[in-house]
This record gives sequence, C-alpha cells and structure tokens, in this order.
Amino acid sequence: MTAGTLHAVTAADGPEALPRLNGELVFNAPWESRAFGVAIALHDAGAIDYEVFRARLIAEIAEKAQEQGTGEDGGAYYERWLDALQQVLIEQELVSEAELGERTADIAHAWDHDHDDHHHDRGGP
Amino acid sequence: MSHAHDDVAVRAAALEALLVEKGLISTDAIDAVVDLYENDVGPQNGARVVARAWVDDAYRERLRANGTAAIAELGYGGFEGDTMVVVENTPAVHNVIVCTLCSCYPWPVLGLPPSWYKSSAYRSRVVAEPRAVLSEFGLTLDPSVEIRVWDSTAEVRYLVVPMRPAGTESLSEAELAALVTRDSMVGTAVATAPGARSA
Repeated sequence: MTAGTLHAVTAADGPEALPRLNGELVFNAPWESRAFGVAIALHDAGAIDYEVFRARLIAEIAEKAQEQGTGEDGGAYYERWLDALQQVLIEQELVSEAELGERTADIAHAWDHDHDDHHHDRGGP
Repeated sequence: MSHAHDDVAVRAAALEALLVEKGLISTDAIDAVVDLYENDVGPQNGARVVARAWVDDAYRERLRANGTAAIAELGYGGFEGDTMVVVENTPAVHNVIVCTLCSCYPWPVLGLPPSWYKSSAYRSRVVAEPRAVLSEFGLTLDPSVEIRVWDSTAEVRYLVVPMRPAGTESLSEAELAALVTRDSMVGTAVATAPGARSA
C-alpha cells in the first residue's frame, strides 16, 4: 500500500493496511459467535439495552485505539465487544467482577485439564 | 488457535455460563441468535431488494421514499434496520457506507459486517480518502464520479443500490440478484457483470 495523506485520528501512525477478505465467515472463532449471541439474547430478553451497550462498545474501541497507538484490523473487534458487554453487566450489577473472575479461572482450569488428556476444540463450552 | 484467543474464549465461556446459570438468558436463545445470523440473515436479502429495484420502477420509487418500508415489503427488517436509507449509484455518483465509531451496519439486509468493515483503517480512511481506499478494493472510479461517504453513526443504516450491469436485460430477477455482491451494497465494489465470476 502506498502512503497517503491521512486526516484521521490514526494519521500519526501512517496508513493502515486494509484487511480485505472476501467470502469470509461471519465469525472467526466459535467464541466470537457466542459473545455476539449472548449480547443480542440479553437485549432480546430485556436484560440490557443494546443502545447502552453500543455506547460502551464505541468507547472501548476508541480507548483501545488510543492505548495501542495503532488501529486494529477488525480481528479484535469481538474482544472489544466482550469487554464492553462485561462492563455493562457489571455496572448494572447483573454479574460481579468477583464471580466472573472465579468462573473464568474455573473454566480455564477445566480446559487446561481437558487439553492434557485429549485435544478438543477449545472454542466451545 | 492461539493462546491469546484461548484466553478470550475462556472469558466468553465464563460469561455465558454465569448468565445462563442466573437465568438471564438461555443457551437455546443464544443458539437461535447465532444460527439466525450465520444462516438466514445475510447479503442475499439485500441482493433481492436491489434486484427488485432494478426490475420494478415503482418499487425503486418506494425504496427512495421510505427505505425501511420498502425493504419490509420483502420481509426484511428489525434489529439494526429500524431506519433504512437507500442510496443509489448513478453514472455520476458512487455511494459508500461506513461507521466511523464502531461498526453499525444494516443487519437485516447485509447480515453481520466483514472484518475489514470493522477495521480502524477502513473506518478512518474511507472518509479521508475514499478514492484511494476504493482503488485498494480494486474499484477505480473515473475522476469525474462524485463519491459520497455515508457514516452510519446515527440511528440510520444505509444500503447502496449499485448500478445494474450492462447486458442484463434478459435476466430474471433471481439471476440479477446473483450479481449483487455484499461489497457492491456497501459501495466497495460494483455489481458483478453477467458471465463474470465474482472475485
């Protein structure tokens, strides 16, 4: 890609390559589809407001872009999505940071153990 | 699968397990959402809208007047498609859509956005230098063509109606729909010429 004049927030870092995949899958990994499905199902169930979530997602994306100084290729999008979802749920006291941390440790342990025995696809629950 | 992805996969699984355990959502509900967006909702919907607009002038008028209502005529609507505005390409004007802040996208007609649409490169650069970005997609427009970039950051979601390719007079509506690619409805491509294989 040739350098161009950028008039955007990321201008200082030079032009970013466009990840141009055609015919790609909607989700890059099973967990992405779960994170997506959880947020939409929560909205459908009335547990969260998608607009509140979206505002948080926008903030997360902007914050990370500033922190890292470089733009993302879109591959980490659902990580931001998951971060935003966790924060909204914690703010609304639907889950606590402590129980989330505990459950994460439990699952990490279970999957590590599982992995020692045989090679499952660890993308699923 | 990399270790970094493993960590986030663990976080996603933990959150889902906790929410299901608390009864806030069910696994079935999550499965249904994922299945819907993986299998049923996608650019084939938008392609039908575009093909109808190509063959039916009255429909095209209704699309211009009220995109949401005209799209609903074909059975598409709902989440992320509550306020649809349809923008038409002409020999003088080429439209392209973006969401500069996140990745707002017209889900009912295009499904979920591709990675590049969510990338910060696309989000920032298509506004600043649309002609250069489009050429990187392999779309070189005549300098006389005006490029309009529509930012989907408000309630509005846009859908581009690409120009009908030449030599398609004898094609059926279904055959025409097959020429309408996802990218042509975002504006980073034009509709596929008949007989050509899409890239």
